Amino acid sequence: MPDGAAMTAAPALQSCFHCGQDVPPGSRWSVAIDGAQHAMCCPGCEAVAKAIVDLGQADYYRNRSAYAARADAEAPLPSQLALYNDDPRFAGGGEESEAILLVEGIRCAACVWLIERRLMQLDGVVSASMNVSTERLALRWHKDRIQLSAILQALRQIGYTAFPYDAVRHTEQLRKASRTLGRQLFVAGLSMMQVMMYVAPEYLAEDGTLDASMTGLMRWASLLLTLPAIVYSAQPFLRGAWASLRARTLGMDVPVALGIVAAFAGSIAATWRGRGEVYFDSVTMFIFLLLASRYLEMAARRKAATALERLQHALPASATLLSAWPAPGEGRVVPAASLARGDVIMVKPGETVAADGVIVEGRTALDFSLLTGESAPQTKSCGDEVPGGAVNASAMVLVRVERSAAESTLSGLLKLAERAGSAKPAIAQWADRSASWFVAGLLLFALASFGFWWWQDAARAWPVAIAVLVVSCPCALSLATPSALAAATDRLLGKGVLIVRPHVLETLHRATHIVFDKTGTLTTGQLAVQRADTFSAADGAQCVAIAAALEAGSAHPIARAIAAHAAQTGAPRLAATGLREVPGQGLEGQVGGTAYRIGNASHVAGIAGCLPPWRSAPDAGMSTVFLGMQGKWLACFTLSDTIREDARATLDYFASQGKHLVLLSGDREELVQRMARELKIERAEGGCLPSEKLELVQELQSRGAVVAMVGDGINDAAVLSAADVSFAMGSGSALAQVSADTVLLNGRIGAIADAARTASRTMRVIRQNLAWAVAYNIVAIPAAACGWLNPWLSGIGMAASSAVVVLNALRLRGK
Amino acid sequence: MEALYLLVPLSVLLVFGAIWLFFNASDTGQFDDLVGPALRVLQDDDRSGEF
Repeated sequence: MPDGAAMTAAPALQSCFHCGQDVPPGSRWSVAIDGAQHAMCCPGCEAVAKAIVDLGQADYYRNRSAYAARADAEAPLPSQLALYNDDPRFAGGGEESEAILLVEGIRCAACVWLIERRLMQLDGVVSASMNVSTERLALRWHKDRIQLSAILQALRQIGYTAFPYDAVRHTEQLRKASRTLGRQLFVAGLSMMQVMMYVAPEYLAEDGTLDASMTGLMRWASLLLTLPAIVYSAQPFLRGAWASLRARTLGMDVPVALGIVAAFAGSIAATWRGRGEVYFDSVTMFIFLLLASRYLEMAARRKAATALERLQHALPASATLLSAWPAPGEGRVVPAASLARGDVIMVKPGETVAADGVIVEGRTALDFSLLTGESAPQTKSCGDEVPGGAVNASAMVLVRVERSAAESTLSGLLKLAERAGSAKPAIAQWADRSASWFVAGLLLFALASFGFWWWQDAARAWPVAIAVLVVSCPCALSLATPSALAAATDRLLGKGVLIVRPHVLETLHRATHIVFDKTGTLTTGQLAVQRADTFSAADGAQCVAIAAALEAGSAHPIARAIAAHAAQTGAPRLAATGLREVPGQGLEGQVGGTAYRIGNASHVAGIAGCLPPWRSAPDAGMSTVFLGMQGKWLACFTLSDTIREDARATLDYFASQGKHLVLLSGDREELVQRMARELKIERAEGGCLPSEKLELVQELQSRGAVVAMVGDGINDAAVLSAADVSFAMGSGSALAQVSADTVLLNGRIGAIADAARTASRTMRVIRQNLAWAVAYNIVAIPAAACGWLNPWLSGIGMAASSAVVVLNALRLRGK
Repeated sequence: MEALYLLVPLSVLLVFGAIWLFFNASDTGQFDDLVGPALRVLQDDDRSGEF
């Protein structure tokens, strides 16, 4: 037998069966391979091994001649990094892999820029985009050309640590970061206050009243007190600058660090020699103010991150739990997080499987595109495993949960949430690119002004150069867009609008045509009883009760509408026996010993005889259901789809904004036209196939329209991806949500109007921010170069300009 | 004025002392929750105040 067999037996207790590393004591990770439990060292290995076994590749363990892949000998990697290489969470479809990583040590927009820049230099990285507000890095790479561990290693070299997203670690990291920043702020503040005390006599004293030895004493004391601020509080800037220099880029920390170091070094020299200017007060104040504005920014970021966090816990939505299975019983909707091993859940077509499990009843096609990138649905039947996150594409199945939702490989919606905001709209990219040029230009400019003043008036060269370095604020430029977008995204999330792609706010603001789907979008997609008419002498409440009793066992939309109507009107509860369903016709059964039929006219005529006593022809779009007994017509129920409550207000809002409204529906033409008239929609097309909807949208686009599409349902997926910006109803199918740019989580159509309002306000704030940042720099830098600003005034200006940008963005959150 | 030669170094020491105290307090988690303890004082039920 090959080596694998030997490994199966002995060392399983001490070393990980998958990678061979030591299993920590008390580990509970294990995988059943060939009928035996094998211990694993970590959830990563467990997931990999489980995936291997699940794929029917358990032979791998029998045939392998060594433990699973480790880093090669020449470039030893921290073992934990190497583990991620095989992590199935990151195995994308095709050649490209995709991952969301949590990055530790993000300080401000400068870091984002640095990280993206560094990673894009690596061969094989397709895209890297960092979200400042959530500290997450969305990464795509060619798995043949680069390993994830190499990417993580590169990040580590420039001073950042990245992990696959882990909620516990994230919370811990946030706590640690805010504690550190708080301490640095405190130290800087304390030394700033004290240094100012020592400087005050020098500023206030008239010439000649302060003797040289006293001045010397004060200066040495200031020097001592500035040390903690430089050594401890200024760390973020010095480290950031160092990291960006090592990565051979010019980060935004570079001028800041240069300013601090130059001012401090100049002051030390002056103190030592006992003559010349000292800037200890400016240095400490600059550090304090800069830290304060970062503290503000971090608080804002953290708020945005908590909203996403909350959402994540709520997102794997819910599952329909059949608690009594295999006995028949009502399904109960429970939060997916509460599912435990062994629960049986019902997965309807279009729904996402809430947790990993095994099919126990039914046969269906499942769409794994979200998990694997494989687009063709795969047929699964009884006994097959299904991963959480797969989308049920054809028929209802019952699934026995194998792992609780918290442990499941992936939930599709979670991924959506993580992708939210991880890429940048064009306007933010522009700001980032210009910020890098800005830094380079600034350094040259500072050098030039130093040279000019050296030649002109050597004594002023240092203060001017320091002022130029300190006064400029590339951060304001770089923060302008992300801070506004983070605040807007966060606010919309609070209103139930999950923005998945970055361009949404920008494009929605520009949209000229808003296209709506009808069923499930403008309407609730559920039938409701509009009228219940009784014939001749029948008792209304009794008829409703009988109808409800007959329909009780059926899952048909009409049956649910009648049951809801009965509950609403408080009709007495009755029980039916001997129920028989005639497909496409209706039901028959006995209530209280009398036979009844419910269904369409011809079905009921079979028992009631002759023709139904028509009251009037039913309106277009209304369905009618008759109830009858032996020789007698009893009642007629008129049902129709209900328009969402906030549909009218939403449409009115868009109309008032001068947007063109279009209604596209697969429903009957007359029904669609009637609704368009009712809702004052200018253009409506009924009877559209998905392909026709797509053509219509593309035709609009070819005439220069910017189309926003609102829809639900599997059949809308294509048109949702074709539209410039798209919204999917949260109650719709997961497939539609994946194709959409935005998910309306609470299923309120009015949320789109909220999104549109927020979009236009966000664009306004971004423009204000950029204008402010540009204007500030244009005014402040030349002023500093002319020697009109001294270093401490520059420090205030720089910190204030960052704060203005962040505070302006935070306005979006309120109201 | 000679007193300053004593007082200035003393004030420097005082600041370093304050920093040391602050770090100790921060290490024991006193600044982790700045809202909760203030509310807990107001709770009538002393038992729930322990956690």
